[in-house]
Amino acid sequence: MPEYLLKIRRYDPHSGRAAYWDEHAVELGERNSVLDAILKIRDEVDGSVGIRCSCQQAICGSCGVRMNGKPGLACNTHLEDAAARPHGTGWNPGDGVGLTADGSGRGDTTPSNVIEVEPMGNMPVIRDLIVDMDAVHWKKIQRVTPYLINKEPIPEREYIVPHENMVDVTQTMACIQCGACVSDCLSMEIDPGFIGPAALAKAYRFVGDPRDAEHRERLQDIAEDPHGMYDCTHCFNCIDACPKGVAPMSQIMRLRRRAGSDEKIVDRNNGERHEDSFVTLVRDYGLLHEAELLPRSFGGNSWFGKFHPDAGKVLLKSLPSIIPAVLKGKVSIKGAMFGHKIDQSDLGAVQKIYSKVEGRPQRVELNLYVSGVDDEPPPSEPGASSTSTAGDAQTSGVAAAPADKSPTFGGPEEGTPSESSESESA
Amino acid sequence: MKVAYWPGCVSRGFTPELHGSMAKVAPLLDIELVQLDRAACCGAGVIAEHNQELADTLNARTFALAQQVQGAELMMNICSTCQGAQSECQERLDASGDYRSQINANLADEGLSYERGLTNKNLLWLLVEEIGLDTLRAKVKRPLSGLRVGPFYGCYIVRPVDRLGIDSERPRDRYMHMVIEALGGTVIDYAGVYKCCGFPIITMNMDASLKMAGRHVGDAIDAHADCLVVPCPLCHLNLDLQQPLAAKQVGRELGLPILHLPQLLGLALGLDPKDLGMSKHVVKPTSVIDWSASVVAGAPA
Repeated sequence: MPEYLLKIRRYDPHSGRAAYWDEHAVELGERNSVLDAILKIRDEVDGSVGIRCSCQQAICGSCGVRMNGKPGLACNTHLEDAAARPHGTGWNPGDGVGLTADGSGRGDTTPSNVIEVEPMGNMPVIRDLIVDMDAVHWKKIQRVTPYLINKEPIPEREYIVPHENMVDVTQTMACIQCGACVSDCLSMEIDPGFIGPAALAKAYRFVGDPRDAEHRERLQDIAEDPHGMYDCTHCFNCIDACPKGVAPMSQIMRLRRRAGSDEKIVDRNNGERHEDSFVTLVRDYGLLHEAELLPRSFGGNSWFGKFHPDAGKVLLKSLPSIIPAVLKGKVSIKGAMFGHKIDQSDLGAVQKIYSKVEGRPQRVELNLYVSGVDDEPPPSEPGASSTSTAGDAQTSGVAAAPADKSPTFGGPEEGTPSESSESESA
Repeated sequence: MKVAYWPGCVSRGFTPELHGSMAKVAPLLDIELVQLDRAACCGAGVIAEHNQELADTLNARTFALAQQVQGAELMMNICSTCQGAQSECQERLDASGDYRSQINANLADEGLSYERGLTNKNLLWLLVEEIGLDTLRAKVKRPLSGLRVGPFYGCYIVRPVDRLGIDSERPRDRYMHMVIEALGGTVIDYAGVYKCCGFPIITMNMDASLKMAGRHVGDAIDAHADCLVVPCPLCHLNLDLQQPLAAKQVGRELGLPILHLPQLLGLALGLDPKDLGMSKHVVKPTSVIDWSASVVAGAPA
C-alpha cells in the first residue's frame, strides 16, 4: 500500500498557540478517501485531531475541507486524487514545469504523496478542520428565507407541480450544504457580507418553484441587497468546488435573468441597468461600446444616461483613470464618443436575431445538468474542445425553461396538469 | 498556421494595444490572422445571463463564420472572457443536436450554420499546443533575463476545468508559467495567480471590485514581481486602467506594470516596446524595465 504524508493544519483558538502543521505518514490504498486517512490518524495516533464527519458517503455534507488548496468533501476524495492536486494554486500537479528553482513556485519540490488538509476558507475556525458553519454558511442560508411560502388559498389536497418545474429546481435541491462553494467564493473573500453561492442557489430553489407565492419579493430582496446577487463576479470557483454539480453560479445567473428580464426589477446596485445596457449596446453596435456602458449602468440605459447625476458622480470618481487613459492615447475622444461598430449588413443580421429570439413568448434554455449530452460520435477535427458530461441525465433534447416568463403551475383548482406532470406534495 | 482570428471587443476598444501587439507578433510566430470582422460580441456572460438563446446564437454565428474561413486550422481568440463565454455556448451547442438545429435555424436567413466540433483556442493555448515551447524558445531574440513576471490567469480561462479541457494531459492552468519560462523570465508565485480581477462587478460594487484588483497587485508587489502578464483585456482594465483607483481603495502605493500576453511575447521576440503599445498603459512599463539587450528589471525611472 502506498504511503501518504498528511499535513493537517492544527489550530485551537483557545490555546493561545498559533496554527501549525501536524505531519503524519499513513499507509492506505490510493482509492481510500482523505477522510479514511484522517480518521486513521485520529484513531491510532492522535485522538485530538478535530474533524466533523458523519455519513462518509457524500450525503451529509459534514466533512468539507481544503485538500491541497481545493475545497471538497474529505469522504469522497480519493487519496491519489488529492495528492495529484497542486499545492496552493491551480489544479495541476506542480511537476516543475514552468516553475523556477529559486523556490518561488510552490509545488515544484513537493513530492506527490503529500496532502495538505486545511479547514475551509471564508469561515472562522472552531478547531483544526472544523469551521463555524453557523457564523457564515447557515446565517446566509437563513438570510434568503429558505422555506416555501404557500400560495393562498391553500388547496384541500396536494399541490400538483408539473414535472418540468420540479426538474428545473432539481439541480439546486442536490445541494448538501457542505459549504465547499462558500469556502472558495472570491467575492466573499473580499466582501464577507456577500450572500454567497450556497444561499443564492437556495434562493433559486424557491424562485423556481411554482408553489411559492413570493417570487418577486424574493428576487427584489436579493437584487436590492448591497451584498446581493449582483456581487457575484463569475469566477466559477463555486462550480468547480461543488461535489454535487449544483453549479451555484449558474443559479445566480438564472436569478438575475428572472429578476431583470421577467420581473423588470430595477435595483439600486445597477445590476439590471448594467445587463440591460450591455445587451442594448451590442444590439446597436454589434460590439460592446465600453465608454457608454459605465455611465448607462449608473444613469440609465439611453444615450442621455451619462447626464444623470449618478453617472456624473462615477465619471468624476473615475477621473484618475480616465485622464491618463486619454492622455496616453489608450482611449481616444472619438472612440469614447462613437464606439466601434460592425458593418451595417452584419449589424442588420444581428438585430434580426435579437428580434427573433427576444420576440419568443417563452425563452429557450438548455441545462446540461438536466438534459445530459447527446450520444454522438466525437467531432472529427483534432483538438476539438471537450464537452463535460453533465450530472444525472433525465431527459434529452431542448428544454423550454419551465419556470420562466410563464410559470406553468396552475394548482389543482386552477387548471388541469399536463399528462407528463408528476405530483409533489407540499 | 492560418487561424480564424476573433479579437473581441475590448482589444479594439479600451485596450487597443492588445489587438495592435497581436498583429505585430503574429508574423514572428508564423500565425496568419484572418480577422472575423463580421462577428458580434461574445456577450461576456452578460448576454447569456439575460437570454441564453441569444448569446448562443450570436456565438454560433461567430463559429459559423470561423468555419467558413478557407484553410484555417482553428479559431483563435486573445481574450479569456471570450474564451470562457464562447466555450460555455459551444458546450451546449455540441451537447445537443436538437438544440444546435434550433440555434442554427436562427442563422438560416444569412445562410450560416454551425457544425459541431469547432476548435477555439486562446492565444495562450495555441502557443503551447500548436506552436510548441521549443519553437517559441528558438525564436527568442531578447530573453526576459531577470524579469520577474507574475502570471495572472483570471477566471474565464481556468474555470470550470472540465469545460475548458484542463487536465494532466493539457495543464492549461500552468501554460503562462511555461511561456514565461520559455521566454527566459522568472515566474513569480503570489496569492492572486488564479483569482478574480474584480472587473465584472465594477459597476455593481465598485469598492469590492477595486479592492480585488488592488489586493492582487499588492500581493504581486510583495512577492517582488516586476510586472504581471494577463491573457484577458478585461483583467487588464481593472489591474492597469483602474490601478490608480485600486491603490486608493486598498490604501497603499501600487504602480505595477501589467502586460498583455502578446506584449510579453513581442518583447522577447525583439520588438520595440513602443510598437507593442507599451506607452498606452496607465502604469507605464517603460519606467521600470530596461529594454536594451535583454529585458531586465530595475532601470531608473
